[in-house]
Amino acid sequence: MSMSDHNDAPSGKTRPTSGTTAPRSTLSRRSILQMAGGAASLAAAAGVAAQPALPGGPPVASTMHVRMVVNGSARQLEVDPRQSLLDVLRETLDLTGTKKGCNQGACGACTVLLNGRRVTSCLTLAVMHDGAEITTIEGLAQGDELHPLQAAFIAHDGFQCGFCTPGQIMSGVACIAEGHATSPEQIQFWMSGNICRCGAYPGIVAAVADAAGRT
Amino acid sequence: MLSFNFEKVRTEQDAIRAAAVGGRYIAGGTTLIDLMREEVERPEHLVDINALPMADIRADGFDLVIGALARMSDVAAHPETKRLEPLVAEALIEGASPQLRNMASTGGNLLQRVRCPYFRMLDAACNKRDPGSGCSAINGLNAGHAILGTSDHCVATHPSDVAVALVALEATMRVKGPDGERTFPVEELFRLPGNAPHLEHTLRPGELIVEIRVPGGPYARQARYLKVRDRASYEFALVSAAVALETAGGTIWQARVAVGGVGTRPWRMRAVEEALRDKPPGRNVFEAAAQLALEGARPLSHNHYKVELLPRTIVRALEMAGDVA
Ligand code: FES
Ligand code: FES
Repeated sequence: MSMSDHNDAPSGKTRPTSGTTAPRSTLSRRSILQMAGGAASLAAAAGVAAQPALPGGPPVASTMHVRMVVNGSARQLEVDPRQSLLDVLRETLDLTGTKKGCNQGACGACTVLLNGRRVTSCLTLAVMHDGAEITTIEGLAQGDELHPLQAAFIAHDGFQCGFCTPGQIMSGVACIAEGHATSPEQIQFWMSGNICRCGAYPGIVAAVADAAGRT
Repeated sequence: MLSFNFEKVRTEQDAIRAAAVGGRYIAGGTTLIDLMREEVERPEHLVDINALPMADIRADGFDLVIGALARMSDVAAHPETKRLEPLVAEALIEGASPQLRNMASTGGNLLQRVRCPYFRMLDAACNKRDPGSGCSAINGLNAGHAILGTSDHCVATHPSDVAVALVALEATMRVKGPDGERTFPVEELFRLPGNAPHLEHTLRPGELIVEIRVPGGPYARQARYLKVRDRASYEFALVSAAVALETAGGTIWQARVAVGGVGTRPWRMRAVEEALRDKPPGRNVFEAAAQLALEGARPLSHNHYKVELLPRTIVRALEMAGDVA
Protein backbone atom coordinates (compact mmCIF):
# COMPACT_ATOMS: atom_id res chain seq x y z
CA MET A 1 0.00 0.00 0.00
CA SER A 2 1.40 3.38 -0.91
CA MET A 3 1.37 6.41 1.31
CA SER A 4 -1.10 8.10 -0.98
CA ASP A 5 -3.68 5.51 0.02
CA HIS A 6 -3.70 7.13 3.38
CA ASN A 7 -3.46 10.67 2.22
CA ASP A 8 -5.96 10.91 -0.60
CA ALA A 9 -8.95 10.92 1.72
CA PRO A 10 -9.73 14.35 3.08
CA SER A 11 -7.86 14.54 6.33
CA GLY A 12 -9.60 17.68 7.54
CA LYS A 13 -10.62 17.14 11.12
CA THR A 14 -14.09 18.35 11.75
CA ARG A 15 -15.24 18.56 15.30
CA PRO A 16 -18.24 16.93 16.87
CA THR A 17 -20.56 19.72 17.91
CA SER A 18 -21.94 17.72 20.79
CA GLY A 19 -21.42 14.39 22.45
CA THR A 20 -18.55 13.33 24.60
CA THR A 21 -14.93 13.49 23.60
CA ALA A 22 -12.41 12.91 26.31
CA PRO A 23 -10.22 16.01 26.65
CA ARG A 24 -6.54 15.42 26.10
CA SER A 25 -4.18 16.92 28.58
CA THR A 26 -0.98 15.78 26.93
CA LEU A 27 -0.01 15.08 23.35
CA SER A 28 -0.28 11.35 22.71
CA ARG A 29 1.98 9.48 20.31
CA ARG A 30 -1.02 9.30 18.03
CA SER A 31 -1.59 13.07 18.04
CA ILE A 32 2.00 13.62 17.04
CA LEU A 33 1.70 11.07 14.24
CA GLN A 34 -1.51 12.73 13.11
CA MET A 35 0.16 16.10 12.96
CA ALA A 36 3.00 14.64 10.90
CA GLY A 37 0.50 12.91 8.61
CA GLY A 38 -1.50 16.10 8.22
CA ALA A 39 1.57 17.94 7.02
CA ALA A 40 2.33 15.19 4.53
CA SER A 41 -1.19 15.16 3.15
CA LEU A 42 -1.19 18.93 2.75
CA ALA A 43 1.94 18.61 0.66
CA ALA A 44 0.42 15.78 -1.36
CA ALA A 45 -2.76 17.72 -2.00
CA ALA A 46 -1.04 20.90 -3.17
CA GLY A 47 -2.71 22.06 -6.36
CA VAL A 48 -5.87 20.08 -5.69
CA ALA A 49 -8.95 22.27 -5.45
CA ALA A 50 -10.14 21.20 -2.03
CA GLN A 51 -7.47 21.74 0.59
CA PRO A 52 -7.68 19.71 3.75
CA ALA A 53 -8.00 21.87 6.81
CA LEU A 54 -5.22 21.91 9.39
CA PRO A 55 -6.10 20.25 12.67
CA GLY A 56 -7.94 22.86 14.68
CA GLY A 57 -8.24 25.12 11.65
CA PRO A 58 -11.37 26.08 9.75
CA PRO A 59 -13.48 23.19 8.46
CA VAL A 60 -13.20 22.25 4.77
CA ALA A 61 -15.68 23.90 2.44
CA SER A 62 -19.22 22.56 1.93
CA THR A 63 -19.51 20.14 4.80
CA MET A 64 -22.79 18.43 5.54
CA HIS A 65 -24.62 17.82 8.76
CA VAL A 66 -24.96 14.20 9.88
CA ARG A 67 -26.43 12.74 13.06
CA MET A 68 -25.34 9.31 14.23
CA VAL A 69 -25.59 7.23 17.35
CA VAL A 70 -22.12 5.82 17.87
CA ASN A 71 -21.67 3.21 20.60
CA GLY A 72 -24.83 4.49 22.25
CA SER A 73 -24.06 8.20 22.26
CA ALA A 74 -25.70 10.69 19.92
CA ARG A 75 -23.29 12.63 17.74
CA GLN A 76 -23.84 15.67 15.58
CA LEU A 77 -21.17 15.94 12.93
CA GLU A 78 -20.14 18.21 10.11
CA VAL A 79 -18.54 15.98 7.50
CA ASP A 80 -16.96 16.48 4.12
CA PRO A 81 -19.01 14.35 1.67
CA ARG A 82 -15.79 12.61 0.65
CA GLN A 83 -15.12 11.29 4.15
CA SER A 84 -15.63 7.57 4.54
CA LEU A 85 -17.43 6.32 7.61
CA LEU A 86 -14.07 4.86 8.63
CA ASP A 87 -12.30 8.22 8.45
CA VAL A 88 -15.02 9.94 10.43
CA LEU A 89 -14.84 7.28 13.15
CA ARG A 90 -11.06 7.41 13.35
CA GLU A 91 -10.26 11.02 12.69
CA THR A 92 -13.29 13.01 13.76
CA LEU A 93 -14.50 10.87 16.64
CA ASP A 94 -11.06 9.55 17.60
CA LEU A 95 -12.38 5.99 17.71
CA THR A 96 -9.14 4.51 16.47
CA GLY A 97 -9.94 0.92 17.40
CA THR A 98 -11.40 0.47 13.92
CA LYS A 99 -8.44 -0.05 11.60
CA LYS A 100 -7.63 1.01 8.06
CA GLY A 101 -5.92 -1.87 6.29
CA CYS A 102 -6.51 -1.80 2.55
CA ASN A 103 -9.04 1.07 2.33
CA GLN A 104 -10.55 -0.93 -0.58
CA GLY A 105 -13.04 -3.29 1.02
CA ALA A 106 -10.69 -6.25 0.72
CA CYS A 107 -9.35 -6.89 4.22
CA GLY A 108 -12.17 -6.31 6.71
CA ALA A 109 -10.00 -4.44 9.24
CA CYS A 110 -12.51 -1.57 9.18
CA THR A 111 -15.57 -3.74 9.95
CA VAL A 112 -18.20 -2.08 12.15
CA LEU A 113 -21.89 -2.72 12.76
CA LEU A 114 -24.10 -0.30 10.86
CA ASN A 115 -27.67 -0.54 12.10
CA GLY A 116 -26.71 -3.96 13.46
CA ARG A 117 -25.18 -5.29 10.22
CA ARG A 118 -21.49 -5.78 9.58
CA VAL A 119 -20.06 -3.55 6.86
CA THR A 120 -16.64 -2.37 5.73
CA SER A 121 -16.62 1.24 6.86
CA CYS A 122 -13.94 2.21 4.32
CA LEU A 123 -16.34 1.65 1.42
CA THR A 124 -19.17 3.86 2.51
CA LEU A 125 -19.49 7.61 2.90
CA ALA A 126 -20.46 9.08 6.24
CA VAL A 127 -22.97 11.43 4.59
CA MET A 128 -24.96 8.41 3.45
CA HIS A 129 -25.73 7.46 7.06
CA ASP A 130 -27.62 10.29 8.65
CA GLY A 131 -29.63 8.78 11.51
CA ALA A 132 -27.66 5.51 11.60
CA GLU A 133 -26.58 3.52 14.62
CA ILE A 134 -22.95 2.44 14.61
CA THR A 135 -21.17 0.01 16.91
CA THR A 136 -17.38 -0.13 16.89
CA ILE A 137 -14.98 -2.27 18.86
CA GLU A 138 -14.96 0.42 21.55
CA GLY A 139 -18.67 -0.19 22.09
CA LEU A 140 -18.56 -3.91 22.85
CA ALA A 141 -17.32 -4.15 26.43
CA GLN A 142 -19.65 -3.36 29.33
CA GLY A 143 -17.42 -1.18 31.47
CA ASP A 144 -14.50 -3.38 32.47
CA GLU A 145 -16.24 -6.55 31.42
CA LEU A 146 -15.16 -7.75 27.99
CA HIS A 147 -17.66 -8.93 25.42
CA PRO A 148 -17.67 -12.77 25.37
CA LEU A 149 -16.02 -12.76 21.94
CA GLN A 150 -13.28 -10.39 23.09
CA ALA A 151 -12.61 -12.73 26.01
CA ALA A 152 -12.63 -15.73 23.66
CA PHE A 153 -10.03 -14.10 21.37
CA ILE A 154 -7.72 -13.79 24.37
CA ALA A 155 -8.43 -17.31 25.59
CA HIS A 156 -7.82 -18.88 22.14
CA ASP A 157 -4.87 -16.74 21.00
CA GLY A 158 -6.97 -15.31 18.19
CA PHE A 159 -4.35 -12.75 17.21
CA GLN A 160 -0.67 -12.04 16.93
CA CYS A 161 0.00 -8.41 15.96
CA GLY A 162 -3.62 -7.48 16.64
CA PHE A 163 -4.14 -5.19 13.67
CA CYS A 164 -6.95 -7.22 12.12
CA THR A 165 -8.48 -8.07 15.49
CA PRO A 166 -11.05 -5.29 15.95
CA GLY A 167 -12.42 -6.08 12.48
CA GLN A 168 -12.34 -9.82 13.17
CA ILE A 169 -14.23 -9.36 16.42
CA MET A 170 -16.89 -7.07 14.95
CA SER A 171 -17.32 -9.47 12.05
CA GLY A 172 -17.42 -12.42 14.46
CA VAL A 173 -20.10 -10.77 16.60
CA ALA A 174 -22.25 -10.40 13.48
CA CYS A 175 -21.40 -13.89 12.23
CA ILE A 176 -22.70 -15.35 15.50
CA ALA A 177 -25.79 -13.13 15.52
CA GLU A 178 -26.60 -14.14 11.92
CA GLY A 179 -26.52 -17.80 12.95
CA HIS A 180 -23.56 -18.55 10.68
CA ALA A 181 -21.18 -19.80 13.39
CA THR A 182 -22.54 -23.34 13.42
CA SER A 183 -19.38 -25.28 12.49
CA PRO A 184 -15.69 -24.54 11.86
CA GLU A 185 -16.35 -24.78 8.10
CA GLN A 186 -19.25 -22.34 8.32
CA ILE A 187 -17.19 -19.95 10.42
CA GLN A 188 -14.34 -20.07 7.90
CA PHE A 189 -16.70 -19.29 5.04
CA TRP A 190 -18.64 -16.55 6.85
CA MET A 191 -15.49 -14.92 8.26
CA SER A 192 -13.74 -14.86 4.87
CA GLY A 193 -14.16 -11.10 4.53
CA ASN A 194 -11.55 -10.64 7.27
CA ILE A 195 -7.92 -11.20 6.37
CA CYS A 196 -5.25 -11.90 8.99
CA ARG A 197 -1.72 -11.37 7.75
CA CYS A 198 -0.36 -13.07 10.86
CA GLY A 199 -2.33 -16.19 10.02
CA ALA A 200 -4.07 -16.45 13.38
CA TYR A 201 -7.01 -18.17 11.69
CA PRO A 202 -7.15 -21.34 13.84
CA GLY A 203 -7.42 -19.22 16.99
CA ILE A 204 -9.96 -16.91 15.36
CA VAL A 205 -12.19 -19.81 14.30
CA ALA A 206 -11.88 -21.39 17.76
CA ALA A 207 -12.76 -18.09 19.46
CA VAL A 208 -15.84 -17.53 17.31
CA ALA A 209 -16.97 -21.13 17.84
CA ASP A 210 -16.43 -20.84 21.58
CA ALA A 211 -18.35 -17.57 21.91
CA ALA A 212 -21.13 -18.89 19.66
CA GLY A 213 -21.50 -21.87 21.98
CA ARG A 214 -21.91 -19.60 24.98
CA THR A 215 -24.56 -17.29 23.54
CA MET B 1 -10.91 11.62 -3.91
CA LEU B 2 -12.08 14.59 -5.98
CA SER B 3 -14.85 16.88 -4.75
CA PHE B 4 -18.46 16.23 -5.66
CA ASN B 5 -21.92 17.43 -4.80
CA PHE B 6 -23.95 15.06 -2.68
CA GLU B 7 -27.71 14.88 -2.91
CA LYS B 8 -30.05 12.47 -1.15
CA VAL B 9 -33.30 11.95 -3.06
CA ARG B 10 -36.64 10.77 -1.67
CA THR B 11 -38.60 10.08 -4.87
CA GLU B 12 -37.92 8.29 -8.13
CA GLN B 13 -38.79 11.47 -10.02
CA ASP B 14 -36.16 13.47 -8.16
CA ALA B 15 -33.62 10.72 -8.73
CA ILE B 16 -34.26 10.51 -12.45
CA ARG B 17 -34.29 14.30 -12.81
CA ALA B 18 -30.89 14.56 -11.11
CA ALA B 19 -29.37 11.71 -13.11
CA ALA B 20 -30.72 12.97 -16.43
CA VAL B 21 -28.46 16.02 -16.08
CA GLY B 22 -25.34 14.06 -15.21
CA GLY B 23 -25.92 12.95 -11.63
CA ARG B 24 -24.54 9.55 -10.74
CA TYR B 25 -26.63 7.12 -8.70
CA ILE B 26 -25.08 5.67 -5.59
CA ALA B 27 -26.63 2.74 -3.69
CA GLY B 28 -24.25 0.44 -1.77
CA GLY B 29 -21.27 2.33 -3.14
CA THR B 30 -18.91 -0.62 -2.84
CA THR B 31 -17.65 -0.27 -6.42
CA LEU B 32 -18.09 3.44 -6.89
CA ILE B 33 -16.43 4.72 -3.70
CA ASP B 34 -13.44 2.47 -4.22
CA LEU B 35 -12.98 3.72 -7.78
CA MET B 36 -13.59 7.35 -6.80
CA ARG B 37 -10.80 7.07 -4.27
CA GLU B 38 -8.50 5.86 -7.06
CA GLU B 39 -9.84 8.69 -9.27
CA VAL B 40 -10.86 6.15 -11.88
CA GLU B 41 -14.42 7.35 -11.35
CA ARG B 42 -14.85 11.11 -11.11
CA PRO B 43 -18.55 11.90 -10.68
CA GLU B 44 -19.29 15.54 -9.99
CA HIS B 45 -22.73 14.91 -8.57
CA LEU B 46 -23.70 11.87 -6.48
CA VAL B 47 -27.38 11.01 -6.14
CA ASP B 48 -27.97 8.83 -3.09
CA ILE B 49 -30.99 6.63 -3.89
CA ASN B 50 -30.98 4.54 -0.73
CA ALA B 51 -34.12 6.20 0.62
CA LEU B 52 -36.22 5.09 -2.37
CA PRO B 53 -38.71 2.28 -1.63
CA MET B 54 -37.08 -0.28 -3.94
CA ALA B 55 -35.68 -2.89 -1.55
CA ASP B 56 -38.63 -5.28 -1.59
CA ILE B 57 -38.22 -8.98 -2.27
CA ARG B 58 -41.43 -10.84 -3.08
CA ALA B 59 -43.06 -13.71 -4.90
CA ASP B 60 -45.45 -12.94 -7.76
CA GLY B 61 -46.99 -16.26 -8.69
CA PHE B 62 -43.96 -18.43 -9.41
CA ASP B 63 -41.77 -15.42 -10.23
CA LEU B 64 -39.31 -13.89 -7.82
CA VAL B 65 -39.29 -10.08 -7.89
CA ILE B 66 -36.24 -8.33 -6.43
CA GLY B 67 -36.15 -4.59 -5.80
CA ALA B 68 -33.03 -2.95 -7.23
CA LEU B 69 -32.01 -1.71 -3.78
CA ALA B 70 -32.36 -5.08 -2.07
CA ARG B 71 -29.00 -5.99 -0.58
CA MET B 72 -27.23 -9.14 -1.75
CA SER B 73 -27.37 -10.69 1.72
CA ASP B 74 -31.10 -9.97 2.08
CA VAL B 75 -31.93 -11.45 -1.31
CA ALA B 76 -29.82 -14.55 -0.59
CA ALA B 77 -31.40 -15.13 2.82
CA HIS B 78 -35.00 -14.41 1.79
CA PRO B 79 -37.33 -17.43 2.10
CA GLU B 80 -38.95 -16.71 -1.27
CA THR B 81 -35.55 -16.67 -2.98
CA LYS B 82 -34.68 -20.01 -1.46
CA ARG B 83 -38.08 -21.45 -2.33
CA LEU B 84 -38.46 -20.15 -5.87
CA GLU B 85 -34.95 -19.49 -7.15
CA PRO B 86 -32.29 -21.33 -5.11
CA LEU B 87 -29.80 -20.71 -7.93
CA VAL B 88 -29.98 -16.96 -7.28
CA ALA B 89 -29.34 -17.49 -3.57
CA GLU B 90 -26.41 -19.79 -4.27
CA ALA B 91 -24.78 -17.41 -6.76
CA LEU B 92 -25.18 -14.46 -4.36
CA ILE B 93 -23.57 -16.28 -1.45
CA GLU B 94 -20.59 -17.19 -3.62
CA GLY B 95 -19.94 -13.51 -4.40
CA ALA B 96 -17.96 -10.96 -2.38
CA SER B 97 -17.75 -11.14 1.45
CA PRO B 98 -20.46 -11.05 4.14
CA GLN B 99 -19.72 -7.37 4.80
CA LEU B 100 -19.92 -6.41 1.12
CA ARG B 101 -23.08 -8.46 0.62
CA ASN B 102 -24.68 -6.44 3.42
CA MET B 103 -23.89 -3.26 1.49
CA ALA B 104 -24.09 -4.01 -2.23
CA SER B 105 -27.46 -3.62 -3.95
CA THR B 106 -28.86 -5.87 -6.65
CA GLY B 107 -28.93 -3.11 -9.27
CA GLY B 108 -25.41 -2.04 -8.38
CA ASN B 109 -24.18 -5.60 -8.58
CA LEU B 110 -25.23 -5.75 -12.24
CA LEU B 111 -23.56 -2.41 -12.97
CA GLN B 112 -20.32 -3.08 -11.11
CA ARG B 113 -17.19 -2.21 -13.04
CA VAL B 114 -14.57 -4.69 -14.22
CA ARG B 115 -11.80 -5.99 -11.95
CA CYS B 116 -9.06 -5.79 -14.58
CA PRO B 117 -6.05 -4.44 -12.66
CA TYR B 118 -5.14 -2.07 -15.50
CA PHE B 119 -8.56 -0.43 -15.29
CA ARG B 120 -7.71 0.93 -11.84
CA MET B 121 -4.07 1.73 -12.63
CA LEU B 122 -4.09 5.32 -13.83
CA ASP B 123 -0.71 5.01 -15.58
CA ALA B 124 -1.70 1.92 -17.61
CA ALA B 125 -3.45 2.01 -20.97
CA CYS B 126 -7.14 1.15 -20.67
CA ASN B 127 -9.81 1.81 -23.28
CA LYS B 128 -12.55 1.49 -20.67
CA ARG B 129 -11.12 4.19 -18.44
CA ASP B 130 -9.54 6.34 -21.14
CA PRO B 131 -11.02 5.56 -24.58
CA GLY B 132 -8.39 5.30 -27.28
CA SER B 133 -5.47 4.78 -24.89
CA GLY B 134 -5.12 1.06 -25.69
CA CYS B 135 -5.36 -2.10 -23.61
CA SER B 136 -2.51 -3.07 -21.30
CA ALA B 137 -4.09 -6.46 -20.57
CA ILE B 138 -3.91 -7.91 -24.09
CA ASN B 139 -0.13 -8.31 -23.86
CA GLY B 140 0.06 -7.99 -20.08
CA LEU B 141 -0.95 -10.07 -17.08
CA ASN B 142 -4.15 -11.56 -18.42
CA ALA B 143 -4.60 -14.85 -16.55
CA GLY B 144 -7.91 -13.66 -15.16
CA HIS B 145 -9.24 -12.24 -18.41
CA ALA B 146 -11.87 -13.36 -20.89
CA ILE B 147 -11.72 -15.86 -23.72
CA LEU B 148 -15.20 -15.12 -25.08
CA GLY B 149 -16.54 -11.86 -26.47
CA THR B 150 -13.19 -10.09 -26.40
CA SER B 151 -12.07 -7.51 -28.92
CA ASP B 152 -8.74 -5.97 -29.80
CA HIS B 153 -9.73 -3.12 -27.48
CA CYS B 154 -10.72 -4.90 -24.27
CA VAL B 155 -10.52 -8.38 -22.75
CA ALA B 156 -11.89 -7.80 -19.22
CA THR B 157 -14.46 -10.21 -17.77
CA HIS B 158 -17.73 -9.14 -16.21
CA PRO B 159 -17.21 -9.86 -12.51
CA SER B 160 -20.74 -10.50 -11.21
CA ASP B 161 -21.80 -13.97 -10.05
CA VAL B 162 -25.51 -13.35 -9.66
CA ALA B 163 -25.70 -11.86 -13.16
CA VAL B 164 -24.66 -15.27 -14.52
CA ALA B 165 -27.56 -16.90 -12.66
CA LEU B 166 -29.99 -14.20 -13.79
CA VAL B 167 -28.96 -14.60 -17.43
CA ALA B 168 -29.33 -18.39 -17.20
CA LEU B 169 -32.82 -18.00 -15.71
CA GLU B 170 -33.91 -15.43 -18.35
CA ALA B 171 -34.59 -12.74 -15.76
CA THR B 172 -35.90 -9.38 -16.92
CA MET B 173 -35.35 -5.91 -15.51
CA ARG B 174 -37.65 -2.95 -15.20
CA VAL B 175 -36.09 0.51 -15.52
CA LYS B 176 -37.52 4.00 -15.33
CA GLY B 177 -36.08 7.05 -17.03
CA PRO B 178 -36.88 10.51 -18.32
CA ASP B 179 -38.85 8.93 -21.19
CA GLY B 180 -40.82 6.50 -19.06
CA GLU B 181 -40.53 2.89 -18.18
CA ARG B 182 -39.33 -0.20 -20.04
CA THR B 183 -38.64 -3.86 -19.35
CA PHE B 184 -36.02 -5.99 -21.07
CA PRO B 185 -33.98 -9.18 -20.48
CA VAL B 186 -31.07 -8.78 -18.04
CA GLU B 187 -28.91 -10.37 -20.74
CA GLU B 188 -29.47 -7.29 -22.91
CA LEU B 189 -28.11 -4.95 -20.24
CA PHE B 190 -24.54 -5.92 -21.06
CA ARG B 191 -22.71 -4.75 -24.18
CA LEU B 192 -19.80 -6.47 -25.85
CA PRO B 193 -16.66 -4.30 -25.74
CA GLY B 194 -16.22 -4.09 -29.52
CA ASN B 195 -14.41 -0.89 -30.37
CA ALA B 196 -16.09 1.10 -27.58
CA PRO B 197 -15.38 -0.77 -24.34
CA HIS B 198 -16.12 2.30 -22.23
CA LEU B 199 -19.80 1.76 -23.07
CA GLU B 200 -20.69 -1.16 -20.80
CA HIS B 201 -24.45 -1.25 -20.58
CA THR B 202 -27.56 -0.32 -22.52
CA LEU B 203 -29.19 1.99 -19.96
CA ARG B 204 -30.08 5.42 -21.32
CA PRO B 205 -29.08 8.62 -19.51
CA GLY B 206 -30.97 8.96 -16.24
CA GLU B 207 -32.45 5.48 -16.29
CA LEU B 208 -32.88 3.87 -12.89
CA ILE B 209 -33.09 0.12 -12.38
CA VAL B 210 -36.28 -0.48 -10.39
CA GLU B 211 -36.59 -4.25 -10.10
CA ILE B 212 -35.48 -7.61 -11.42
CA ARG B 213 -37.99 -10.36 -12.19
CA VAL B 214 -36.81 -13.96 -12.23
CA PRO B 215 -39.39 -16.16 -13.93
CA GLY B 216 -40.30 -19.33 -12.13
CA GLY B 217 -40.08 -22.48 -14.17
CA PRO B 218 -39.84 -26.21 -13.77
CA TYR B 219 -36.05 -25.97 -14.15
CA ALA B 220 -35.62 -23.24 -11.52
CA ARG B 221 -35.50 -25.76 -8.70
CA GLN B 222 -33.07 -28.19 -10.28
CA ALA B 223 -30.35 -25.61 -10.61
CA ARG B 224 -26.81 -25.12 -9.33
CA TYR B 225 -24.07 -22.51 -9.39
CA LEU B 226 -20.48 -23.73 -9.41
CA LYS B 227 -17.67 -21.23 -8.96
CA VAL B 228 -14.04 -22.22 -9.49
CA ARG B 229 -11.54 -19.78 -8.00
CA ASP B 230 -8.08 -19.41 -6.51
CA ARG B 231 -9.28 -19.65 -2.91
CA ALA B 232 -12.32 -21.22 -1.32
CA SER B 233 -14.26 -18.02 -0.69
CA TYR B 234 -14.16 -14.24 -1.21
CA GLU B 235 -12.55 -14.38 -4.64
CA PHE B 236 -13.67 -13.69 -8.18
CA ALA B 237 -14.38 -16.62 -10.48
CA LEU B 238 -11.79 -18.10 -12.78
CA VAL B 239 -14.73 -19.90 -14.31
CA SER B 240 -18.27 -20.26 -13.01
CA ALA B 241 -21.35 -21.97 -14.36
CA ALA B 242 -25.03 -21.53 -13.60
CA VAL B 243 -27.07 -24.46 -14.86
CA ALA B 244 -30.72 -25.41 -14.57
CA LEU B 245 -32.34 -28.60 -15.80
CA GLU B 246 -35.84 -29.86 -16.29
CA THR B 247 -35.75 -33.63 -16.43
CA ALA B 248 -38.53 -36.18 -16.58
CA GLY B 249 -38.59 -39.83 -17.40
CA GLY B 250 -34.82 -40.00 -17.77
CA THR B 251 -34.73 -37.21 -20.35
CA ILE B 252 -33.62 -33.57 -20.26
CA TRP B 253 -36.59 -31.55 -21.41
CA GLN B 254 -34.99 -28.17 -21.02
CA ALA B 255 -31.59 -26.88 -19.97
CA ARG B 256 -30.30 -23.42 -19.12
CA VAL B 257 -26.58 -22.76 -19.00
CA ALA B 258 -24.67 -19.51 -18.48
CA VAL B 259 -21.06 -19.00 -17.49
CA GLY B 260 -18.96 -16.38 -15.74
CA GLY B 261 -15.27 -15.57 -15.46
CA VAL B 262 -14.67 -16.29 -19.15
CA GLY B 263 -16.77 -13.72 -21.01
CA THR B 264 -16.75 -9.97 -21.40
CA ARG B 265 -20.32 -10.24 -20.23
CA PRO B 266 -22.31 -12.97 -18.45
CA TRP B 267 -22.41 -15.60 -21.18
CA ARG B 268 -25.46 -17.66 -22.06
CA MET B 269 -24.55 -20.99 -23.67
CA ARG B 270 -27.42 -21.64 -26.08
CA ALA B 271 -25.54 -24.23 -28.14
CA VAL B 272 -24.81 -26.23 -25.00
CA GLU B 273 -28.48 -26.02 -23.95
CA GLU B 274 -29.61 -27.21 -27.37
CA ALA B 275 -27.21 -30.17 -27.27
CA LEU B 276 -28.61 -31.29 -23.91
CA ARG B 277 -32.23 -31.21 -24.93
CA ASP B 278 -34.01 -34.59 -25.28
CA LYS B 279 -30.94 -36.47 -24.09
CA PRO B 280 -30.58 -38.63 -21.00
CA PRO B 281 -28.61 -36.84 -18.25
CA GLY B 282 -25.16 -38.37 -17.86
CA ARG B 283 -21.47 -37.74 -18.10
CA ASN B 284 -21.05 -38.46 -21.82
CA VAL B 285 -23.96 -36.28 -22.80
CA PHE B 286 -22.73 -33.49 -20.54
CA GLU B 287 -19.18 -33.68 -21.87
CA ALA B 288 -20.24 -33.61 -25.51
CA ALA B 289 -22.51 -30.63 -24.91
CA ALA B 290 -19.94 -28.73 -22.83
CA GLN B 291 -17.38 -28.85 -25.64
CA LEU B 292 -19.69 -26.51 -27.59
CA ALA B 293 -19.00 -23.84 -24.97
CA LEU B 294 -15.65 -23.21 -26.63
CA GLU B 295 -17.05 -21.99 -29.93
CA GLY B 296 -15.29 -18.74 -30.76
CA ALA B 297 -12.99 -18.89 -27.72
CA ARG B 298 -9.85 -16.75 -28.09
CA PRO B 299 -7.39 -17.48 -25.28
CA LEU B 300 -4.73 -14.91 -24.38
CA SER B 301 -1.10 -15.48 -23.40
CA HIS B 302 -1.85 -16.41 -19.77
CA ASN B 303 -5.40 -17.77 -19.71
CA HIS B 304 -5.24 -20.83 -21.92
CA TYR B 305 -6.18 -22.90 -18.87
CA LYS B 306 -9.71 -21.55 -19.16
CA VAL B 307 -10.14 -23.51 -22.38
CA GLU B 308 -9.79 -26.70 -20.31
CA LEU B 309 -11.52 -25.40 -17.23
CA LEU B 310 -14.66 -24.03 -18.89
CA PRO B 311 -16.14 -27.31 -20.22
CA ARG B 312 -15.09 -29.16 -17.08
CA THR B 313 -16.84 -26.60 -14.89
CA ILE B 314 -20.01 -26.90 -16.97
CA VAL B 315 -19.91 -30.72 -16.75
CA ARG B 316 -19.46 -30.64 -12.98
CA ALA B 317 -22.27 -28.11 -12.54
CA LEU B 318 -24.57 -30.23 -14.71
CA GLU B 319 -23.72 -33.29 -12.64
CA MET B 320 -24.53 -31.35 -9.46
CA ALA B 321 -27.84 -30.15 -10.88
CA GLY B 322 -28.71 -33.54 -12.33
CA ASP B 323 -27.60 -35.13 -9.06
CA VAL B 324 -25.84 -37.86 -11.00
CA ALA B 325 -22.33 -37.16 -9.74
S1 FES C 1 -9.79 -1.14 5.34
FE1 FES C 1 -11.85 -1.51 4.84
S2 FES C 1 -11.78 -3.51 4.07
FE2 FES C 1 -9.68 -3.07 4.34
S1 FES D 1 -3.22 -10.64 14.13
FE1 FES D 1 -1.83 -9.67 12.80
S2 FES D 1 -3.06 -9.39 11.04
FE2 FES D 1 -4.29 -10.64 12.24
